[in-house]
Amino acid sequence: MKSAVWIIAKKELRTFFDSLTAYILLIAFLGFSGFFTWITGADIFMRKEADLDVFFSVSKWTLFFFIPAITMKMIAEENKTGTIELLLTKAITSRQIVLGKFFACLMLIAITLLFTVSYYITVSQLGKMDHGATICGYLGLLLMSAGYIAIGLFASSITNNQIVAFLLALLIGVFFHFLFDMMSYGATGFFGQLLSVLSVNKHYDSLSKGVLDTKDLIFFISLTGAGLYLSELFISKRAK
Amino acid sequence: MDVRIENLSKSYGSQKAVDSISFDIKSGEIVGFLGPNGAGKTTTMKMLTQYMEPDSGKVWYDNKSSFDVDIRRNIGYLPEHNPLYEDMPVMDYLAFAASLQGVPDSELSSRVREMVKLCGLDVEKHKKIGELSKGYRQRVGLAQAIIHNPQILILDEPTTGLDPNQIVEIRELIKKLGREKTVILSTHILPEVEATCDRILIINKGKIAADGTVQDLRKQSEGKQLLQVKIDGAAPQLISDRLKGIPSVHQVNIIDPTQGRFEIQSISSEMPNREIYKTCVEQNWVLLEMIPFETKLEDIFRDLTLN
Repeated sequence: MKSAVWIIAKKELRTFFDSLTAYILLIAFLGFSGFFTWITGADIFMRKEADLDVFFSVSKWTLFFFIPAITMKMIAEENKTGTIELLLTKAITSRQIVLGKFFACLMLIAITLLFTVSYYITVSQLGKMDHGATICGYLGLLLMSAGYIAIGLFASSITNNQIVAFLLALLIGVFFHFLFDMMSYGATGFFGQLLSVLSVNKHYDSLSKGVLDTKDLIFFISLTGAGLYLSELFISKRAK
Repeated sequence: MDVRIENLSKSYGSQKAVDSISFDIKSGEIVGFLGPNGAGKTTTMKMLTQYMEPDSGKVWYDNKSSFDVDIRRNIGYLPEHNPLYEDMPVMDYLAFAASLQGVPDSELSSRVREMVKLCGLDVEKHKKIGELSKGYRQRVGLAQAIIHNPQILILDEPTTGLDPNQIVEIRELIKKLGREKTVILSTHILPEVEATCDRILIINKGKIAADGTVQDLRKQSEGKQLLQVKIDGAAPQLISDRLKGIPSVHQVNIIDPTQGRFEIQSISSEMPNREIYKTCVEQNWVLLEMIPFETKLEDIFRDLTLN
């Protein structure tokens, strides 16, 4: 028998491509990141370095805004239309529902990032490239996405209004994305350290510089796990 | 699979939706849930399908009462308002529902084809669900509930939005399924219960108000035997007064004075037919018609739920 997680993920992924969501995301993401990487500002030609640092720092922001837009309807819409009742009365657990939706979103992001491999190939022709750092950068993007998807799913699970889900995901995201980091400068001692540990920015930056540290991996995995666990909790709680 | 409910209760805040109800349903039985709006029918069904956890009490499926996946695999459920994924094509949706209920890949397409045929979805099978009319959506909802061949079928108002022909078809389908499955359906349409169900459960204010076959319920409402008679030969008022004098007659209403039609309600379950005939003969009146009426289910329902 097929795994229920995969059945849900496949259905969600198909819905992305049946509606315009997937295509809009692809075009908008590649448009933004391409524009800033190649055409304007501190672009790749000004740097005189064969690396994708510009792309990674632009993507960090584009994904930050796009992911809540993908996740906002995932559970909120099921709550609103009542289809969550269909899912929860089938022979599957709420954990499988959340995981299925999570992997569908992550796969969509992975597919989007796959298109930017052309940047990587192009730049590697321009000069000597640090391949390890680039792979680490992609890994960082994926891990960060996983964390924000989990936050987005959580926001979507507690409401039946997609706009609320979107804004809430951004609000929570803003703290992890840079507010914790900024606050950690002002705080000292344990609290300051805690804030600094919670900052996605810090962990992402070290990864995109090519430093593969277990601390960063553990951080992203815990963030994702916490988000997914809370979504699962709220999905089953709403029914009770 | 038999279903046994034991002292099931559920409250929303301070309001008791379901108040300690218990009943048994045997395999092969079609049970109709009746009750006014807000009586607790839907809440009970949500607990039977494991969508909701009861505050107290238990639901037994054969000998198991756990809250788990294996039990849900044996349940087919059509929720109230029939929620569906609007942007999915009919066939994809049915396949999705089936595979979530553990139908193996190899049987998937044959099950979907069977459901399309059984529920009359052939014309619409390639459309997106959002494009379907209400009747067809209802058929899709029913198809997804029975596609994995569940042993227990729970249908919350299965015939809403269907036209009279479709209603007959769906009732036939439910009857056919009910021969080997345990079927529980709720409805507001009383003739539907009479047409499809072996047994009726009337729920009012979260409690069971009546439980039995249609015949049982009729027997319970004794003293409600009705007769319509047509008598000629005297002034209606006079006839009415005389008829009231018969001991087993409870009430006489003049329906149509020009034609001499009366409605007679008896006191007990014994019919006053003979006495009425004798009175007519004594008075030299002509008894033209005498039609016994069965108590309508509507009246029983009103009796049980209005006070």
